[in-house]
Amino acid sequence: MISFISVAFIPLLICFFLIYGTCKRVPVYETFTQGAKEGFEISVRIIPYLVAMMVAVGMFRASGAIDLLAKWANPFLTWLGIPADLLPLAIVRSLSGSGARGIFAEIAATHGADNPITKTAAVMLGSSETTFYVLSVYFGSVGITKFRHAVSAGIIADLAGIIIALIVSKIAFY
Amino acid sequence: MINYIWLFFILSSVVIAFFNNTIQDVFHAILSSCEQAVSISIGLIGIMAFWLGLMKIAHASGLMNLIARILSPLIHLLFPEIPKNNPVQADITMNISANALGLGNAATPFGIKAMEGLQKLNTHDKKTASDAMCTFLTINTAGVQLIPVTAIAILASLNADNPTDIIIPTIITTLSALIIGIIFVKGLIKIFPKKVSREEKIQ
Repeated sequence: MISFISVAFIPLLICFFLIYGTCKRVPVYETFTQGAKEGFEISVRIIPYLVAMMVAVGMFRASGAIDLLAKWANPFLTWLGIPADLLPLAIVRSLSGSGARGIFAEIAATHGADNPITKTAAVMLGSSETTFYVLSVYFGSVGITKFRHAVSAGIIADLAGIIIALIVSKIAFY
Repeated sequence: MINYIWLFFILSSVVIAFFNNTIQDVFHAILSSCEQAVSISIGLIGIMAFWLGLMKIAHASGLMNLIARILSPLIHLLFPEIPKNNPVQADITMNISANALGLGNAATPFGIKAMEGLQKLNTHDKKTASDAMCTFLTINTAGVQLIPVTAIAILASLNADNPTDIIIPTIITTLSALIIGIIFVKGLIKIFPKKVSREEKIQ
């Protein structure tokens, strides 16, 4: 049902745009192609920013830094009653969308799909966007290199999201 | 700040790689990440062109102005910097709604259009983010989604008994994180507003 609504929504929205445009005497085909021309330019414009960010994140993940952090934080997390398996996901979800999905699938495979740890991980995965990807694409598209408060606010919101996900899941699934 | 974060990621991964003996993996990650970045950007071209084409129709027909006028008061609360009835308000609305509905690949073109609009309003230093941009990206990085489609799909594929029971906890989490992010960014903007150059002050 949910997937049907989101699938049907787009074609209906497109029809609405076109009908509204035609009623307002907009030459829809010509206008469409004019606008679409920008698509190439914008996509190419974000490449340098995306390369910079993804290389840094890729290197960081490949170095094993996240596992190392998880190992160090393990006693502390156990003391707090937080499953240590969730830490890599908590870190990666702000850095890499595909990485976070991979880690989540791994957690689900080891603990089982109905385990509260898996459910908590699902809430973590679903409740956030890949902060560093969004920042580099959006700022990159208009050539902004000084991100100001967007970085710290994004990180704070992510941290808050992790803590809230843990609390809410503890109430909902345990 | 982003300079230091970038530096931190790269330096720390090289240092750790030497201790972990993963320098080979790190080297390969450089190559594969570059390729991945380009393939993501190239992959965006089609969908980006498509939505930008439709958006042009929506702008030309005055639909975006209409949306902007209707939602102006709401958007004005979050973005007091944007002049009333500016079409960028409609782009922001479309971006937030597309994100909320989980239409990620439609949300990006809307968001970039909104960023272009905000960049036009950005004063003097065009390389530095404006206050409105900081708020806009805080909303986007919070990633408010009414239905966490990906997480549900993975749970369902593993035969979870009730994959949709994560919806309400996820909404509570994402909305609280969003509110905290907005309060935080608004506070920072108030304390450290974007510096205005001397020439502009005189004007």
